[in-house]
Amino acid sequence: MKNFKQTLGISLLLVAGLVFVAADHIDAPAVQGGTSDITDFYAFQGENTDNMVFVANLQGLLSPSATASATFDENVMIEFNIDNTGDNIEDLVIQAIPRNGKMYVIGPVAPSSPGLASVINANSINDVIFVDVTTYGSEAKVATKNGTSVFAGPRDDPFFMDFAQYSEIIAGNASGFNNPGSDTFAGTNVMSVVVEVPKAMIGGTGTINTWVESKRKQ
Amino acid sequence: MKSIKLISGCLLSALLLFSCSTNNVPTNGDGIYNNPNLSGTYMQEDQMGRPAVNTVFVSSSSKDGFNTTVPSNQSAAFQSMFETNLLALSPAYANGGLNALGQDAAAFTGLLATDVLNVSLEGTTTFFDGTNILTGRALADDVITVELLLIFGGEDFSENPTLSNDNVNENDKPFLASFPYLASPW
Repeated sequence: MKNFKQTLGISLLLVAGLVFVAADHIDAPAVQGGTSDITDFYAFQGENTDNMVFVANLQGLLSPSATASATFDENVMIEFNIDNTGDNIEDLVIQAIPRNGKMYVIGPVAPSSPGLASVINANSINDVIFVDVTTYGSEAKVATKNGTSVFAGPRDDPFFMDFAQYSEIIAGNASGFNNPGSDTFAGTNVMSVVVEVPKAMIGGTGTINTWVESKRKQ
Repeated sequence: MKSIKLISGCLLSALLLFSCSTNNVPTNGDGIYNNPNLSGTYMQEDQMGRPAVNTVFVSSSSKDGFNTTVPSNQSAAFQSMFETNLLALSPAYANGGLNALGQDAAAFTGLLATDVLNVSLEGTTTFFDGTNILTGRALADDVITVELLLIFGGEDFSENPTLSNDNVNENDKPFLASFPYLASPW
């Protein structure tokens, strides 16, 4: 048993270079702490079970005092990607771009080309649904058009984990989690974009593969 | 009289169009190329499918590269790194050990290296609820404990019990039953 513990401890030390920062919060040097840093992604059936909900959270670990002044970056597009043919290449995208206090949402629509570069996939305002970005401390503002609902603004970070204790384990300072644990993300906020669409718009049946991207205007 | 007509015309226009300024009358291209101009080329900086994948399985020097590799290319580029890091992190896969999905280290990291969320359009959407597995990700899903169990818990979730549950089981605020579902900020 002692050997096993030593082996485990050494194994954990070996990966101490893997700085585990929960979910996707501040996951990589180029984006961490910036306005394009995705903290989390959710996809789940809506209250109306004919609908699917997509959630992208950005700019994690906002204290209440920092949240009032937090904004979406007008140069950063948030893009939900949907593959409904099983090849892990997006067949549809939902694009969200903030401008002048509003979030403009386009799609689901086929991208002009898949991959790392995106352009706007709409021809006119008729292809766009927009909503006032909800300000800190006010009721959630929601816009609905053609069965699609959108929200953008600060929310409580829905992620929960004892990240502090995980860090202690990885650092070799602890042999396991505490019980009860302590939620490192308690009392912190994120900037959220929530889009609910009819399932019929994204394939209707079967399984989709989905992921979210942040993309900066060049 | 003429000015009255102009003013009332303007008021009528205001009622119909919310403004006399033609700048605010939507025209083709509005919201895309003007009022506002959203056009341009947007280049990828971050991406995410399943929770914690980049942070746990990608080595420090490759994290930015992982974020800018399209999912269809991720497995070929990163599966072997994932497997090496998984074996270094957890003793549960040593000597042919499996996880509760019956996967060895190669199979498990083969799944994770393509960082997309698999979501069912037919019924329950959850990361894992005791019955359904990887059919989505709901707000209340305890995804970290699920991942810890799959990393450390072995064939029946019983191995390394002090490492396979962080004992934080729910969010610090209740979620909403209706759109936008996430709780109001602190």
